[in-house]
Amino acid sequence: MDLFRIFDIAGSAMSAQSVRLNTTASNLANASSTAGKAEDVYRARNPVFQTVMAREGGDPASEGAAAGVRVVDVVESQLPPVRVYQPGHPEADPDGYVYTTNVNVVDEMVNMISASRTYQNSIEVMNTSKELMLRTLTLGQ
Amino acid sequence: MPLDINQVFAPHVRTMTAASQRMELLAANLANADTPNYKARDIDFRAALQAADQASSVSMAATAPGHIQGAGGGRGRADVFYRVPDQPTLDGNTVDAQKESAAIAETATRYQASLSFLDQRIRGLRMAITGGR
Repeated sequence: MDLFRIFDIAGSAMSAQSVRLNTTASNLANASSTAGKAEDVYRARNPVFQTVMAREGGDPASEGAAAGVRVVDVVESQLPPVRVYQPGHPEADPDGYVYTTNVNVVDEMVNMISASRTYQNSIEVMNTSKELMLRTLTLGQ
Repeated sequence: MPLDINQVFAPHVRTMTAASQRMELLAANLANADTPNYKARDIDFRAALQAADQASSVSMAATAPGHIQGAGGGRGRADVFYRVPDQPTLDGNTVDAQKESAAIAETATRYQASLSFLDQRIRGLRMAITGGR
């Protein structure tokens, strides 16, 4: 039944988006972390999404069928950390510099809004198909 | 005139099959709204109805790997097409969330319409069987 598969698809989108929300939360939480060395500082993390083609190499009848989404990896941003001159900072290096994260708060807010919108859309799709299925079940009563 | 139950129910069942197929694809499009390089897909509703029609009639069996099924394969599934995007995106994704939501609403309404028609048919038949008691 096709409508049942919609739950898997929308569910995969919801779990992928919640991973994205998680990384956003972690990035925002660490937005002002500092470190004494450039390599020790927290770097912004971002999930990589990939389409899951339904039943690869499986039943040819499901060929061209719909696909979900999954998180294949969480990658760290390669942007250089920000170097700030703060000689009084307890973590400052001998030259008086501390390194702060490369998290861009504006980027993270945009990510958060986008993730929550897609999550809401998935819930909407799920609700619609659930309603249709329930109505189908009560057919003729 | 004898009543053919199949004739009464079949068109609505076909519409519901096609609608649920389309719903599945649209749900996948929305699920992949943020996946880079994902291309939105859809089916032609008319073609889906015809495919469902063929599936319900007798078709040739493919018993050997060399046997070729025609377009749609007579397996009750319409061919899937890629959407032509309205505007380009940097990540190569062609999903338009608004369009998908609208299409989902439309497909759900079609499905519900078929359900209502079926419901009325069943009520009518039941009335005829029980004589309104």
